[in-house]
Amino acid sequence: MSELVNVTMTVNGNDVSHNIAPRHTLADFLRQTLELTGTHTGCEMGVCGACLVVLDGRVVHSCLTFAVQASGSTIETVEGLTERAVIADLQEAFHQRNALQCGFCTPGMLMTAYSLLEQPGVPSREVIRDALSGNYCRCTGYEAIVDAIEKVARDRAAVAHASAPEEVLG
Amino acid sequence: MKARAFSYARPSTVMEALEAFEGCGEDASYIAGGQSLVPALALRLQAPQLLIDIAHIDALRGVELQGDWLRIGALVRHCEVLSDPLIRQYAPLYSEAAPHVAHPAIRNKGTLGGSLSHADPASEFPAVTLALGAELEIANRQGTRRVAADDFFIDLFQTAIEPGELLVAIHVPVVRPGHRWAFHELARRRGDFALVGCGILAEFADDAVENIRIAFFSVGSTPLRARQVEKSLVGKRLDQAAIAAAQALVGDDLDPPDDEQVPPAMKRHLARVLLGRLLGQIARQGS
Repeated sequence: MSELVNVTMTVNGNDVSHNIAPRHTLADFLRQTLELTGTHTGCEMGVCGACLVVLDGRVVHSCLTFAVQASGSTIETVEGLTERAVIADLQEAFHQRNALQCGFCTPGMLMTAYSLLEQPGVPSREVIRDALSGNYCRCTGYEAIVDAIEKVARDRAAVAHASAPEEVLG
Repeated sequence: MKARAFSYARPSTVMEALEAFEGCGEDASYIAGGQSLVPALALRLQAPQLLIDIAHIDALRGVELQGDWLRIGALVRHCEVLSDPLIRQYAPLYSEAAPHVAHPAIRNKGTLGGSLSHADPASEFPAVTLALGAELEIANRQGTRRVAADDFFIDLFQTAIEPGELLVAIHVPVVRPGHRWAFHELARRRGDFALVGCGILAEFADDAVENIRIAFFSVGSTPLRARQVEKSLVGKRLDQAAIAAAQALVGDDLDPPDDEQVPPAMKRHLARVLLGRLLGQIARQGS
């Protein structure tokens, strides 16, 4: 009853194709089949947020998706975002602010932060906290994580402001 | 914490999905966003032989104004409910409830149709659907039928959808001038299931309540309408006395289950508080 199914997707820019059992979650597929272990599995029921990945442009829990459901999709993991250097400033700020201790939750935190900072404007601390409501950290107490994300949001806005054409600056 | 082995089908039409269900001796589950179903499978609360992935059926997508009704496809995701301009304009109670539904990553995948057919009594959207007086379009091999929200939520996780049937769309009577609405919930943390929540849609004539639908959630085995409260308010202006009288009545309309952490008396108290706030909010919308 559980014949293997061919799954093809683009992961971090690479086309992959594997025959897998439908019961495998996307998280297990990424970690075990593709050996992309930056995506962590914590609760495996959509609560802790350690397994977040970008699926077709939206951040989702890879533990709440079977890999077969994602066949035909484009996936980006924390490894992909790191390679593209699009979260380098976030990673640096997390480091500087001590926004991690054991680091287990950090890939998911970075995913949420990445997705939040894709939105226009500088989010308030309240908005940052709301965005992080689906990410558990059992070490830091979140304050440093919010600090790091807020700093990057402001830095990015300052850079965008400085590089804007003069007439827009008014 | 892994799902039992199952086979997988990805139909591209509603009829193909219905046939796939029938073809496997009805030991199947439909999956859309899977944000409630995947944990249920992982915990082996459910273990179907076949998973039918309906997420690629185009007919289940989209939001469209059809005369006096707004048709919301079952596959519309929570994040789309939050941002869709037609929903904001014509069924705004959904937009107001959406920020309270789970967390951003869940909202990116979970669907409105999934939430309604799952019928978790602590979920926001079933109660909003009830408050709006929406109708649910359900497909089966013979065709489609429409069920009023009042007849849709039958019991704990149980709806009017028969085995093998598929919820295809939600039809909402559009809000008109004279309508007022409010939604809120009390939860321990943002994104958690509510201790008590409520959505209200009211129609006013000359500043008096002409029609009102008040739907509570997390206070019984289904979302519940506070029918005695509704009745007490019809024809009244929403002044302090009317609101206080409504608050005194609301406990009898609800049926909170025994729960050590949130006992029924506490739920009734929270419901009174919430009802007072929401009716106050609706009263102020008139000024």
